[in-house]
Amino acid sequence: MIARLLKEVKEFKKDVCLTPAFMLLEVAMEMIIPLLMASIIDDGVEAGDMGHIFKVGGLMVIAAGIGLYAGIEGGRYGARASTGFARNLRQSMFENIQSFSFANIDRFSQSSLITRLTTDVTNLQNSFQMILRIGARAPASVIVALCMSFYISPELAQIYLWAALVLAVVIGFITVRTKKVFEQVFKKYDELNASVQENVSGIRVVKAFVREEYETAKFHMASENLCRMFIRAERNLVGMMPIMQGMVYACILLISWFGAKLIVAETLTTGELMSLLAYCMNILFSLMMLSMIFVMITMSVASAERVTEVLNEKSTITNPKEPVMEVADGAVDFIKVDFAYGEGAAENVLSDINLHIASGEMIGIIGSTGSSKTSLVNLIPRLYDVKSGQVLVGGVNVKDYDIDTLRDEVAVVLQNNVLFSGTILDNLRWGDPNASDEDCARACRLACADEFIEGFPDGYDTYIEQGGTNVSGGQRQRLCIARALLKKPKVLILDDSTSAVDTTTDANIRKAFREEIPGTTKIIIAQRVSSVQDADRIVVLDDGRINGIGTHQELLQNNAIYRDVYESQTGGSSGDFDEPE
Amino acid sequence: MPRPRAQQVSKKQIIDSAGTMKRLFAYLFKYYGIQFAVVFVCIIISVLANVRGTLFMQRLIDDYVMPMVRSGSRDFTPLLLAILKVAGFYVVGIAASLLYNLIMVYVSQGAQRRFRDEMFDHMEKLPVSYFDRHKHGDIMSFYTNDIDTMRQMISQSIPQMINASFTVVSVLVSMVILSIPLTIVTLFMIGVTFAVTKYLGGMSAKYFGAQQAAIANLNGNIQEMMNGQKVVKVFCHEKESVEEFKRLNDALFESADNANKYANILMPANAQIGNISYVMIAVVGGALALSGWTGLTLGKLASFLTFNKSFNMPISQVSQQLNFIVMAMAGASRIFGLMDEKPEVDDGYVTLVNAKETDAGLVECSERTGLWAWKHYHKAEGTTTYTRLAGNVVFDDVDFSYVPDKQVLHHISIYANEGQKIAFVGATGAGKTTITNLINRFYDVSDGKIRFDGINVNKIKKSALRASLGIVLQDTHLFTGTVADNIRYGKPDATDEEVVAAARLANAEGFIHKLPQGYDTMITGDGANLSQGQRQLLAIARAAIADPPALILDEATSSIDTRTEKIIQDGMDRLMHGRTTFVIAHRLSTIRNSDCIMVMDGGRIIERGDHDDLIAQKGKYYQLYTGKVVNA
Repeated sequence: MIARLLKEVKEFKKDVCLTPAFMLLEVAMEMIIPLLMASIIDDGVEAGDMGHIFKVGGLMVIAAGIGLYAGIEGGRYGARASTGFARNLRQSMFENIQSFSFANIDRFSQSSLITRLTTDVTNLQNSFQMILRIGARAPASVIVALCMSFYISPELAQIYLWAALVLAVVIGFITVRTKKVFEQVFKKYDELNASVQENVSGIRVVKAFVREEYETAKFHMASENLCRMFIRAERNLVGMMPIMQGMVYACILLISWFGAKLIVAETLTTGELMSLLAYCMNILFSLMMLSMIFVMITMSVASAERVTEVLNEKSTITNPKEPVMEVADGAVDFIKVDFAYGEGAAENVLSDINLHIASGEMIGIIGSTGSSKTSLVNLIPRLYDVKSGQVLVGGVNVKDYDIDTLRDEVAVVLQNNVLFSGTILDNLRWGDPNASDEDCARACRLACADEFIEGFPDGYDTYIEQGGTNVSGGQRQRLCIARALLKKPKVLILDDSTSAVDTTTDANIRKAFREEIPGTTKIIIAQRVSSVQDADRIVVLDDGRINGIGTHQELLQNNAIYRDVYESQTGGSSGDFDEPE
Repeated sequence: MPRPRAQQVSKKQIIDSAGTMKRLFAYLFKYYGIQFAVVFVCIIISVLANVRGTLFMQRLIDDYVMPMVRSGSRDFTPLLLAILKVAGFYVVGIAASLLYNLIMVYVSQGAQRRFRDEMFDHMEKLPVSYFDRHKHGDIMSFYTNDIDTMRQMISQSIPQMINASFTVVSVLVSMVILSIPLTIVTLFMIGVTFAVTKYLGGMSAKYFGAQQAAIANLNGNIQEMMNGQKVVKVFCHEKESVEEFKRLNDALFESADNANKYANILMPANAQIGNISYVMIAVVGGALALSGWTGLTLGKLASFLTFNKSFNMPISQVSQQLNFIVMAMAGASRIFGLMDEKPEVDDGYVTLVNAKETDAGLVECSERTGLWAWKHYHKAEGTTTYTRLAGNVVFDDVDFSYVPDKQVLHHISIYANEGQKIAFVGATGAGKTTITNLINRFYDVSDGKIRFDGINVNKIKKSALRASLGIVLQDTHLFTGTVADNIRYGKPDATDEEVVAAARLANAEGFIHKLPQGYDTMITGDGANLSQGQRQLLAIARAAIADPPALILDEATSSIDTRTEKIIQDGMDRLMHGRTTFVIAHRLSTIRNSDCIMVMDGGRIIERGDHDDLIAQKGKYYQLYTGKVVNA
């Protein structure tokens, strides 16, 4: 996992190496300063040598200057290394996601992919910077300070060694124990917030059922529980600071006592004692930093796992070795097709599908929710691969086509269709980047979208907000159809794409299809019988199997399900009203 | 740990925070006054102990070591005693700091809980309009970001501020006592530190602002692309989206790099200035000690150097905390904003009571009879009347507007008799949902009257009114809990049998049995583990169990396909039987058998009548229904 992540450092290797190097230089300078201090006091002040004081003082200023330079450079490179690392991570993840098949996308949910690209990467960036800077600095600081202390006085330095050990054990113990408790607490915290969220979005239901008091009581209980858990968890941490403090104090006192003895015995100078006390702070402070990094790293391990998972995911659908680059016509064949989501899935979503659709035919597909209408059409542009059997387009197995070629010729208007932020023209040109304004207008006319677009003050330059929230559901659907038409596909699939369009317009769109693009195979999934009844043939799907194929009249006579649906929709003229709010 | 650095704080923000701070502290002192007093004392004790220890360094060398070196005495007893005394101070100091840290845990967590509870209590009392006016994400952030920042401020910033300012003062005093010239040198270097911090902090804040904007752009793009990923695939648009992403990603890198750079430099820069300050004190102090004319001794110099170090830290702490406090105060003022929001007023006095029929008419009783009555106290006459809860709803020339000058409903008059089914059809924005919002008083009418069983709804207690109205919305909103819990939402004291009966009525039983734990299956995340249609069935069961005399179905079956809808239609019919029902639907099959259909347009009822009437009228309804345009 770590090796995979480190591969993303790429062009920032130099920064990654230089950051710790400069940090070490900074540490070195910081360590030299107390040594020079000792020299000032011992050889300068006590010997009454003002020249020495200036000389060593000068050296100290130089050391501080170098330290400053190293600190600045370390900070600069550290920033570059970590933000660059984050940039590369995001880029690689995003590029890999672009190669994902529908099956891959389903496996990760949208929201989890978003978290991985945002929060998780930020966590890693922070940890990475921490490790590069403090991770190099703190241990070096501890080691050098210890060495220096040993150099000055091996007897006294032992005290630090013991103090450091005790501290490391205590801090380690507390962090490990606390981490577990905190994980539980944060889970509870999330649950509490989820219940607030429920109340905020479901406030109408709460009020309609007069359940305010119930919700409040429920919340109070959860809130009190959480508070108790938090207190229990935090009580563990409370000892941390006083223990650190106590350690520092103990060291100071011990050094003072033994140091004083050594000075009297004339094996230690007062200057050296001062240096030792300075190192004391250094060691303990660095240990504290180390424990902090430790906590941060453990916290970001989960993020690292989630990011690596995305980076390592391989697309389930890849281009064949020698792809077919041209689609002959819009004929579609299903030969003994079985299909299931996921490899190990026991139940087939589609079973034993045999269907021949001639080029230019208009096919309607009808069936209740869960009858796998969408699954069926998604196999045609190879959004998913079949479990067994074959799907042919233009007489060639879809697995043999170049994927882009196939999908350019088979246009799907998805059920859950999305417009992107940008003008209407920008959105339309997703279908064909080189489409002229006239091409776009023509496609919109076919999709019966021209009327409302021209009604907008900015016409085709109207800016669509993210998610297309500033156009109504029916308008969005028509724009999506126009976008697909601009691809000039050989096969056009509409997956319940006119559900929010009123009956009249719906009929007009189909009329336009019939007259303007007769050569294109049209496959229309619909809930409304009226949307499919004038198709050349209608396929009735039930529970993943073809229940009947035929014209409207034929099915009315010999297909029970079709008749059922038809009758449930008002004697044939199932005029629905405008889209739901 | 890199904390989100606040933007540079403006004067106005500080003034605003001061007001909020006053209110917050008044609140905290009300509940935790004693605790805060103890904490304050403890902090002072711990600071004093610390200072006392540092002062000891001076005496160690001057009073104990040097005399011994000079006299050659080997009597360590005075030194031992002194060290033990200091150790005693230290122990007291540590105990004090342990105590105040512990108290702060209770105070900060307790205060957070108190705020959270009060906020939630108040939120539940707010009118629906509040939730319509505010983004739900914003309300959520009160409970997460804002309250967390506030807790951190209480638990960390307040003690640190007290600690730091007291340390600064006591260290300063000690320094002055030790040596005035060296104090001046130290203060000068502090000035330099401030200047550098201001410069670097300013640069960093500038780029952090740019970084925030870049993050927002990139996250927006990520959100959009992840949601539209399938469309990207269908249109083979991968390359273009990678290019766009790269552009935004590089922009973020640029600003993040700069922002982090300046923030990173700040710490080492201050540290080295501190070191230079240290050197200066050493050199100047050394010179002074040698010359001896300021009375500075070697021991005093040693102490002074320690003070010099411990002077820098609290100063940078204060400046850091200041930013954080301003941030926390912004959050606190948002929280207070919610608490100051006016709650839903309910001055209705007509209540709903159990009743039984006697010779003398309806009489109130305590047991559940299945018969309900409106208990209406007439102030003028001092009498109480009981009216049977039937479900007659009358709109009498109702006008309504959400905001003044933008009237949404015009002259709405509706007469819904007990057990009738009234349907509303019309385009988006025609005002259908608004009408139902008025019946259960989510909003109040601007003009005209609504009467429920002849009683003006303004006189009815809201809880009673709403209990007599069942509601099924298009957005189902299930709650975390079991399936049974969710059905029982409509009637908290319902027996298991009643729950099953309600599920059966709504035709939800079939799928519930297929769930892993049946009725005990946990529903999480608004029923993400159920299909939209299944959620809808549960919402219907939830309304059924409440057994209300009147029902509002707002696109209740729109997410169920027509065939499934037909299956539950029986259940729906049974649910609607004998109840006054208001139906909003765009699907014709749902409304065709209504007693009266209101065709709405632009907030007005433009046609009304049953299906056959309206078809005969050949108006808008006919046009919608047949898809044919009538040439009048």
